[in-house]
This record gives sequence, structure tokens and C-alpha cells, in this order.
Amino acid sequence: MSKENILEKTITLADLVGFKTARIVGLKGDDVSKRRLMALGIVRGKEIALDTQAPMGDPRVYSILGYRLTIRNDDASKIIVSYE
Amino acid sequence: METVSSNITIGLVGNPNSGKTTLLNKLCNSKDSVGNYPRVTVSAQERSFSHAGHSITITDLPGIYALTTLSPEESSSRDLIHSEKVDLLVNVLDAGNLERSLYLTSQLIEMGRPIIFVLNMIDEARRKHLKIDTQALSDMLGGPVIEMNSIAGEGLEKLKDAIVEQGAVKREVSQTFIKYDQHLADAVVRVQEKIAQLHPKEMTEQQTRWLAIKLLEGDEVLLRQEKDHDHLLEMVRRERYDLARDHDGECEMLFADARYGFVHGMVCEAVEFPDDIESRFDITRKLDRIFLNKVIGIPLFIGLLWTMFQTTFTVGEYPMNWIDSGVTVVSAFLDDLIPAGMVHDLVIEGIVAGVGGTIIFLPNIVILFFFMAIFSETGYLTRAAFLMDRLMHTFGLHGKALIPLVMGFGCNVPAVMATRTIESDRSRLITILINPFMLCAARLPVFILFAGAFFSEMAGTMVFIMYMLSIIIAMAASVFLNKLLPKGAEEAFVMELPPYRLPTLRAVLVHMWDKALNFLQKIAGVILVGSVVIWFLQAFPQHTVYSTDFDAQIEQLQSSPASSDSEAAIAELKRKKAQEHLSESYLGRIARTIAPVFAPLDFTWRDTVAILTGFVAKEVVVASYAVIYSQDEESTEESTSLRAVLAGTMSPLVAFAFMLFALLYSPCLATIAAIRREAGGWRWAGFSVAFSLVLAWGLAFTVVSVGSLFI
Repeated sequence: MSKENILEKTITLADLVGFKTARIVGLKGDDVSKRRLMALGIVRGKEIALDTQAPMGDPRVYSILGYRLTIRNDDASKIIVSYE
Repeated sequence: METVSSNITIGLVGNPNSGKTTLLNKLCNSKDSVGNYPRVTVSAQERSFSHAGHSITITDLPGIYALTTLSPEESSSRDLIHSEKVDLLVNVLDAGNLERSLYLTSQLIEMGRPIIFVLNMIDEARRKHLKIDTQALSDMLGGPVIEMNSIAGEGLEKLKDAIVEQGAVKREVSQTFIKYDQHLADAVVRVQEKIAQLHPKEMTEQQTRWLAIKLLEGDEVLLRQEKDHDHLLEMVRRERYDLARDHDGECEMLFADARYGFVHGMVCEAVEFPDDIESRFDITRKLDRIFLNKVIGIPLFIGLLWTMFQTTFTVGEYPMNWIDSGVTVVSAFLDDLIPAGMVHDLVIEGIVAGVGGTIIFLPNIVILFFFMAIFSETGYLTRAAFLMDRLMHTFGLHGKALIPLVMGFGCNVPAVMATRTIESDRSRLITILINPFMLCAARLPVFILFAGAFFSEMAGTMVFIMYMLSIIIAMAASVFLNKLLPKGAEEAFVMELPPYRLPTLRAVLVHMWDKALNFLQKIAGVILVGSVVIWFLQAFPQHTVYSTDFDAQIEQLQSSPASSDSEAAIAELKRKKAQEHLSESYLGRIARTIAPVFAPLDFTWRDTVAILTGFVAKEVVVASYAVIYSQDEESTEESTSLRAVLAGTMSPLVAFAFMLFALLYSPCLATIAAIRREAGGWRWAGFSVAFSLVLAWGLAFTVVSVGSLFI
């Protein structure tokens, strides 16, 4: 696990570009939004990938746990992900 | 078969879009549907059916993702699940989306109620080539698991049998525990022991465990409930701190991780996934390439809205004419049947005119709700919310507000209730307060009538303009309210994008039928009563002291040889007499008292009457005009339709001002009640009424005064 961490880069979900798959490593922000995100499957260790974006690039659609979720970029910037 | 009859109460719980409502409809319509009682309870719909000698009542809880207390929907659901009112829970799971669905389940099973698990939309899962081992799931969850395709009715009988079986036994549930990590589990046990000390013999072990977990998760409602137990709160605080320190993450996250771990383990064991898992969004992806397209997505949405309104008007025109002719036939038939006198006038000029004048809008309303059903059932409405979020955001609204706002085009009452999906109190309040500006189906008759009477060349466009104005004003009001209300924390915008689903004909028809029935009930109730009251108010006092003796003059003209001149004079005298009678009637007196308020807007006392009656429900505006003008109608006998009678009674400019006023002024009584309930108190309901009245008057006045400069 620690070996992998060295090789992986950590960014926020909002900065994820292309259609790469990333892994969630943590959440920032207030309790309420965190709880909301967790209920929808945004928890550590889950894979998440960018799917589509709205006409003005915000919000964007991600796929997680085999379904699709829209998240505003402001909120996505509070989700920390890592990718290889 | 003879079984002891008993009553079983069920709570239907599940994520949004898990197909709960379809299941409910299927369960209750298949046999002995007792009926639909909307708004009996604020949040939930209750329906019942019977099976194998048991009468079964189902409460449909709103769709939720978790059982925290973030939104009113979640807290009310949690309260109901806890209460003794439900004997049994039916947890509806999306079989094709099990991992997410089961997160709610992981919270449900800790509450220790008996649960039946329904793997709904099993057909979708099969199409995705998912192999689900229901026996394994059932063993792990500790309750029966039933595969179901609620649209086709597959699994329905099994579910009914299971409900009767489980409900009759009312046995204790086998305790299913989620395995937490050792540190968490130890903390739970310590807090649980403390709770058991503080509440001796009040709670079962399951209940103390649940409370311990919730307190450690930092549940505000429960922490407040235990506020007298300082020791407990202090202990919880310390445990939370220690756990967070040792585990690099907050306590709640630890619990969520553990729950998803539990769920993931279950899914791994019970579900076999195909290799080409990604291909399963195929059709949805293709459609989204069009509907969510960067360039055409938003224009397409506006185009669809325009199509909805245009169709409502143009296609509705045909059945409208049929109903209109039908009303004329009925009116003529009753005219012959009932001898002249007060009863005759009451029936023809009051009831038939008022009810008939309103019922002709039934087709428009049914067509509108047809579109609304299609939009929401297919999943397009969520796409619209996604597309418009950015724009809504600039108006200080949440993307999710789009759904209640679009629903407002149908009826503001359910729309105000639909704001419950918005979690932040402030965003929800703003969405509630601007919702009455959305042009609901009840106001549609007013606009169709006015557009037809005063703007017959461009009636469809006029109605569309009213819709656009309603949106613009709602947005402007949102900006204003955003400045007015104290700022709060902004809510995260996260929303599931469900796959497109073909709406079943049945669901659409049920929806349309429901709304049609609703409208007819309104006609049989408030419209009928309103028409009768208005008729009486305008018919009495019967003996008016006229300025001149009209009857004598008419008689005199009639006795002289008939000519076109004298006929015109008779008609003129009759009209004058009727008008004087009206203005001296109770209705006229009331209206004339208030009319000065509307004088600057160039509204007559008749318009004042229509406005006053419209406070009850906006359709009554049309009924009022129908009753008021039913006398004139007889004397002119040019046309049977109210539209023709109304044409020419005001200038197009004033007519437009009136339309604007009717669009904005005061929510109807049902909406006021909904606002009071959802926004929490009379204060906001009162604010809504005052705010909309001022806005309506102000804008109508602006239109009349600015417009008259140009015309």
C-alpha cells in the first residue's frame, strides 16, 4: 500500500482530466457535504471516472460504483483522488 | 381460504429511482385498490390492498440515500421507521445498482426492524448479465430477498406472500451486524454500555447499539436528544476524538468506510459481474450524447418546453370545442327542462356557466401532465437540472431547484413539497417562495381564455410568453430573495443521473388520470360552490332601484311597430338594466368597495370580482367571468363561448396587465397551506402572499402606465 502511494499522484476530482479512472483517498469540507457525498458512495478506496460535462464545463458527470453521479466542480475540488 | 384477518402496516423504503412508486401502484391496483389519499400525511402516501385475508397498508416513504438527518425527507423517514406505526419494512433495491442501494440497507438493518428486501428492476440487471445469488444475499441480510420486475409484475405474488408471512409472525428479527473494525466496535460497545446505564430497561440491546453508533457518527438530532446526559456526551466526544486521531480520518468516515466495506463484501459474494461491465450504459450514453450535448443540449431543453406548451394549447383546442358544444347542449336542455324562475337562473347562469366555463380546460391540463409525466419518468428532468445548474447557480438557486420549478408548471402544491430534496434550508426556502410564480395548470385556463379573447391572432405565442415571463420573474425573485435573506452555507450539488427508462404507458396514464380526477374534484368542489356563491351575490338583492324605469321604456318600445331601430334600442336598454342590476348587487357593492385599489390598473369592478374569487383557486377566475357574463351572453346571443363575450371588454394592453397580475398575485389557498407547512410557519406563507401581491400590482401598473405612453 505504501509502495503504491509513492507512485501515485494526488489531485482533486475537479482537476481530473480525460477519462482516466482515479481512486478516492479523502474528503475535505464541512460535515454536511461530506455526509451527503458518502451516502452516494464517495468513500475512500472507491474508483471514480470522469464521464461527461455540462455545456459550460460545470457540473460534471462521474461514474462510480457502476452508476453515474453529477457533481459541481466546487464540490469536486473537495474530493481528493489519486491515480497512477 | 379462511385466515384470521389482520392489518399489516408496511413502510416502503429505498433510493430515489429504485422503482418504489411503480411497485406501489402495481401492488395496490392489482386488487382491491382502496384509493389514493394524497396529503394525508405530509411526507408519505398511504395506500392499501388485501392479500390472503389480510389488509395491508403501505406507506410510501420518499426516496432517500441514507438515514442521517440531512433533509426533512430523511428525518421523517427515520422517525417513521422507528415508530411502532410500521410493522414491517420493504426495502426496494435497484438490482442493477446494488452496491449503492445497499448502503441505505446497511443503516436500515441496524435499526432492528423486520425487513423484506426487493431486488427491483431485476430485468435491467439481467440485461447487464449480472448473476445475483439471492439465497446468499438473504443469508447475509437476515431477511427474505425477492427478485422483482415491478413493471411486468414479476415477483409480485411472492412479495405479497412474504409480507403476509412476515407480518403475521411479527417475530423478532435475526440480528445482522455490520462488522466494524476492532477499535470502532470497542468504542460502540463502551458507549452502548453507558447508554444502557442511563436508560435502564428502556431500550433493547439493538436500540442501545443503534444509538451508540449514531452518537459516534455525530448525529446532531440524537446528540441534542441526549443533551441532559453530560457524561455520555463527553464520552462520545472523547471516543470520536481518539478514533479520528488513530485512524487518520473523521469518525463518520470510518463508519461509512466500514459500511461500504460490508456492502462490498456482500456484493462480491452474491453478485457475479460480466467482463464487459462498461457497455451497460450504452443506450443511455448514446442518448446523453444528444441531450447533454455542449451545443444543442440547452436549446433542445428549451425547444422541448416550447413543444409542451404549444401542444397543450393547439391539440387541446379540439377536445375543448367538443366539450364547449357539449356544455351548450346541456345548457339548452336544462333551459327547456326547468321552468323560468330563480332555480332556472341559478342552474343556467350560475352552475352550468361556471362549471362549464372551467371544465373545458380539462384537455389542456391532461395534455400538460402527459408531458410532465414523460419528462420525469424517462429521467430527462434530471438531465435538465444538470444542464441548467450553472445558469440556476447564477440566480442563486440550486440545480435541484429546477425539478420543483418545472413541476410548478403542473401544480405548485406538489412542487412546493418536492423542494424537500434540497437540503439547505435557505435554498429550499427560496425555491419554495419563488415557486408560486411558476405558471401552474390552474392559471392556464385564465391565460388560454384571455389569449384567445384578446390576442386571437397569436394566442399560442401569448401563452408561451406568459410561461417565459413566469420563469424570468421567478429567477428575478430568487436574486432578490438571495439578497434579502441572510447568507448560509452552500449545499453541495450532487445528484444521481439515472439511466433513461422507457416510461410505461400505465404509469403515464395513471398520472394523467390522477390529475384529471384532481381537476374534476376541484370543479365539483370549489368551482361549483364558487359559481353558486357568485351567482347569488350577483342576483341579490333582487329588487334593484333603477335610475330610470327600464321596463316601462322597453314595453313602450315593444308596443310600437317593430323596426331595426327600436330593436337596437330595446337591446341597449336591456343591457343597461342588467349592468345597473349587477353593480347594485351584493357582488357589485363588494367589488366597488375594493375596485379603487385596481383603478390605477384600469381593471373594472368585474375584473376585481374575478381577482377576489381567484384567491381561493385560480380556476375560479374563469368561472367568475363565466357567471358574470352569462347574462350578457343571453342578451347578445352571438356566441356561446365565453371567449367571444369577453373580447372587447378591455384593451389588449389592460388585458395583458391583467394576465400579468393573474400570473403573479397570491398563491391559491392550497399552495399557501403547502408553503406554511414546508417553509415552517405562517410567517413565510404570509410573506409569500404579501410579496406576490405587491409584485403583481407593481408590474401590472408598470405595464399599463408605460404601455399607454406608446399606444
